[in-house]
Amino acid sequence: MGILGWTYLFVFISFSIYIGIAIWSRVVSTSGFYVAGGSVHPIANGAATAADWMSAASFISMAGIISFMGRDGSVYLMGWTGGYVLLALLLAPYLRKFGQFTVPDFVGERYYSKVARIVAVICAIFVSFTYVTGQMRGVGVVFSRFLEIEIFWGVFIGMVIVFTYAVLGGMKGITYTQVAQYCVLIFAYLLPAIFISMALTGNVIPQIGFGSEVTGDEGVFLLDKLNGLNTELGFAAYTSGQKSTIDVFFITAALMVGTAGLPHVIIRFFTVPKVSDARVSAFWALLFIAILYLTAPAIAAFARTNFLQTVSNKPYVEAPEWFKNWETTGLIKFEDKNGDGIMQYYNDANPAYADEAASRGWKGSEIIVDQDIMVLANPEIARLPNWVVALVAAGGLAAALSTAAGLLLVISSAISHDLLKRIFTPGISEKQELTAARFAAGAAVIVAGYFGVNPPDYVASVVAFAFGLAASSFFPVLVLGIFSKRMNKEGAIAGMIVGIVFTAAYIIYFKFINPTANTPDNWWFGISPEGIGTLGMILNFAVSITLCRFFPAPPEKVQRMVDEIRIPRAG
Amino acid sequence: MTEGADNSNESNHANYWKANIKVLIILIAAWFFVSFGLSILAVEWLDQFQILGFPLGFWMAQQGSIVAFLVIIAVYVVVMNRLDKKHGVEEEEPDSREFEI
Repeated sequence: MGILGWTYLFVFISFSIYIGIAIWSRVVSTSGFYVAGGSVHPIANGAATAADWMSAASFISMAGIISFMGRDGSVYLMGWTGGYVLLALLLAPYLRKFGQFTVPDFVGERYYSKVARIVAVICAIFVSFTYVTGQMRGVGVVFSRFLEIEIFWGVFIGMVIVFTYAVLGGMKGITYTQVAQYCVLIFAYLLPAIFISMALTGNVIPQIGFGSEVTGDEGVFLLDKLNGLNTELGFAAYTSGQKSTIDVFFITAALMVGTAGLPHVIIRFFTVPKVSDARVSAFWALLFIAILYLTAPAIAAFARTNFLQTVSNKPYVEAPEWFKNWETTGLIKFEDKNGDGIMQYYNDANPAYADEAASRGWKGSEIIVDQDIMVLANPEIARLPNWVVALVAAGGLAAALSTAAGLLLVISSAISHDLLKRIFTPGISEKQELTAARFAAGAAVIVAGYFGVNPPDYVASVVAFAFGLAASSFFPVLVLGIFSKRMNKEGAIAGMIVGIVFTAAYIIYFKFINPTANTPDNWWFGISPEGIGTLGMILNFAVSITLCRFFPAPPEKVQRMVDEIRIPRAG
Repeated sequence: MTEGADNSNESNHANYWKANIKVLIILIAAWFFVSFGLSILAVEWLDQFQILGFPLGFWMAQQGSIVAFLVIIAVYVVVMNRLDKKHGVEEEEPDSREFEI
């Protein structure tokens, strides 16, 4: 059977499972719809959180980015895992004890203010829409490459699937499909990595294998070999860093703090029965995530090695089959600049290498390669069987759909619960609220699908936005709300606004208004827009803590509530 | 409940919270040390050592830190469960603890 046949088979089987779970887990209450009735087992919640968190970006793009960045790729590896330490220690158990449905719920109650709740709702919706658009796009790309249908229909099928289980089953349906999706995606991610590790190094465990010796090249470590391959072509050594230390520091911090402040991750911890379950569930979540995140740097190193060995300086007529396959998608391009029919791939932006290149008659790097290809084409590059290639497609879809569903739930609950029930129409019954939640989820799917088919150019840029905003708005407000009884609404609202405005202004200036100035020389203290959320967060903390002294302490009732969320046993 | 019992309950909760904060400070310091300390600030220096074919700094930045995060959360779970019991604030196990699976 060919790649296409296998892909149809895997996608059909996995989608049938998701729909089956949706029908089995229909819900009839708002508590069921928003937080799965608070009855999810901590291990199941851990797997669901992992699938919820690991998006198309983690599955498809991350290893590719790392393979081009080398050691600096650690900003993503650490940034997107280290946040779970903050989440587990500083937020999850206390927010679980608080025990409502949404993140704006906590902000609104703790800061006894509708303004605070509305600011939180706007942030939650903005962050989630930014994200969900990228997921639908990922679905479209996978469908168009592997099932050879138009992006529109790919996104459409994805929308129908998400719509079915998110609208029918709410959080309960989403949770159990996410558990299934985690199994699919982790299997699809690990299997090719194991095969490739065995082929390159003879080590069955890819996470360790990329430090092993190369097969057929006794005594040479893979990483040393890769460093050599890189430097031969004018690139920096793979295990060395290029970014400035301060920038790596700030980007890592922004991604960590942003992770801990993302509403779709936080609400997953509302679905377990107890405070102690929330703690242990964070452990399971990070364990399930770590299985993929420890493999990603291995795939990155393998892919880079394979890519340089099979493509660089080889005649175009002898280019491997995967190269031709992926040329049609535009993700890899060859342009014979010096007309010698040989594919030269090197670092033409390195002035120190220019003489070397000129002496060889090279006139610029001739291959343009999209980083996403490193995971998607990896099994083909390593000449693995067709069914492994197809499995990667099913895994990519699972990663994209599971994240999309979690985000859609945040959007729908922000509208039906926080805006309608808590602010505009408090009189509605539970049944009406549930209907509103379903309609909101449905509308959100359609909007997300539209942007998936017609992606705005700035999708990639706004990801920095999502993390920056979560870091500079939610995280400080939540932490102070739990750890400072004195923090009042004046301090919190001012802090959120200062944090958001500062972070947004910096990112908008460098990404949209004056993109040509987006260079390290112009950045404040050498901090890139990706890392500025850290400074926004520090400003938020500083403003809140200073300002809260000038205004009265929170009401007695709120102070008692803070006391209660600090103690696990119900008061 | 008498006035006295209420006070001792309150001071027990205050002590629990103090102990909790102490645990958090130690573990957050550990988190900061492995990620920002070893994997970012000291990464070049650590690269002079090699383990299993990895330069140590590179390994810490790409894998070691993630393993350390897991250990930190595991320690947190164990220590907090003990602390809950010691202060008698642990949640009761419901008679039949049924998950909807």
